[in-house]
Amino acid sequence: MNKKKHWYDYLWIWSIVYFSLGFFNILFAWLGMIDFMVPLLFAVIGGNKGFCNRYCGRGQLFAVIGGSAKCSRGKAAPRWLSSKWFRYAFLVFFLCMFGNIIFQTWLVASGANTLREAIKLFWTIRIPWGWTYTAGMVPDWIAQFSFGFYSLMLTSTLIGLIVMIFYKPRTWCSFCPMGTMTQGICKIRNNLSRGRS
Amino acid sequence: MRSKRYALAEKERCVACGACMKECPREAIRIYRGCYAQIDEEQCVGCGKCAGICPASCIQLLQREVEA
Ligand code: SF4
Ligand code: SF4
Ligand code: SF4
Repeated sequence: MNKKKHWYDYLWIWSIVYFSLGFFNILFAWLGMIDFMVPLLFAVIGGNKGFCNRYCGRGQLFAVIGGSAKCSRGKAAPRWLSSKWFRYAFLVFFLCMFGNIIFQTWLVASGANTLREAIKLFWTIRIPWGWTYTAGMVPDWIAQFSFGFYSLMLTSTLIGLIVMIFYKPRTWCSFCPMGTMTQGICKIRNNLSRGRS
Repeated sequence: MRSKRYALAEKERCVACGACMKECPREAIRIYRGCYAQIDEEQCVGCGKCAGICPASCIQLLQREVEA
């Protein structure tokens, strides 16, 4: 059965546009902060997972490639992948990596380090990415954050694509740090409001 | 007529991603306050699409109690 499509069902295109833009100019990486802030706003203000449930382009991308385009084995993922301990451990790991990006940005801002025009995949593989940035366009720290943040976004999407192929299309969503964080916030909110009434 | 089967999501393991909600042809699923999926037993026709898509594999299809 075909359900009525809404405009937000096409947000997977945004995911592709995002990575394409970063291929030409790394400063576009900052746009990814939208995907960082909006889910939290939904959770903190609305007390819901509206972002995951409707507007997340990445989740949709996996659904489109894995589901509609059938590039997924569709097998059940191992249970530990969606277990609480793994989800929270992965969230902590991710936040540490995000913290590291901030730290690197600060090092560049303070002049302790120089800007490195490269992205790092899976936190280990360094890939020169210098063509996307002309030195001096913006203060170096702004560019440093772009490279770091783009690396994080690309790495997480690649992990998502890998688990999409092996397991169900949206397997990434079962341990996505943003998903874990927003669900955690919603649960806390829900407990609080229940405690009050 | 009610279907023989219906879907039930396991609250504890659900990650509230909403994949099942998007998949359900009957719009029988909602995500309760961003915490877990809630399936309306009466709307559900037991097609199993939600269970098939759930990345946490936390939806089960159960037999309905036979009504006398
Ligand atoms: S779990 Fe992550 S990838 Fe999946 S819909 Fe939510 S924010 Fe997007
Ligand atoms: S079994 Fe089918 S009708 Fe029932 S909730 Fe799942 S998708 Fe909807
Ligand atoms: S697909 Fe599974 S994990 Fe996601 S909301 Fe539905 S029941 Fe929960």
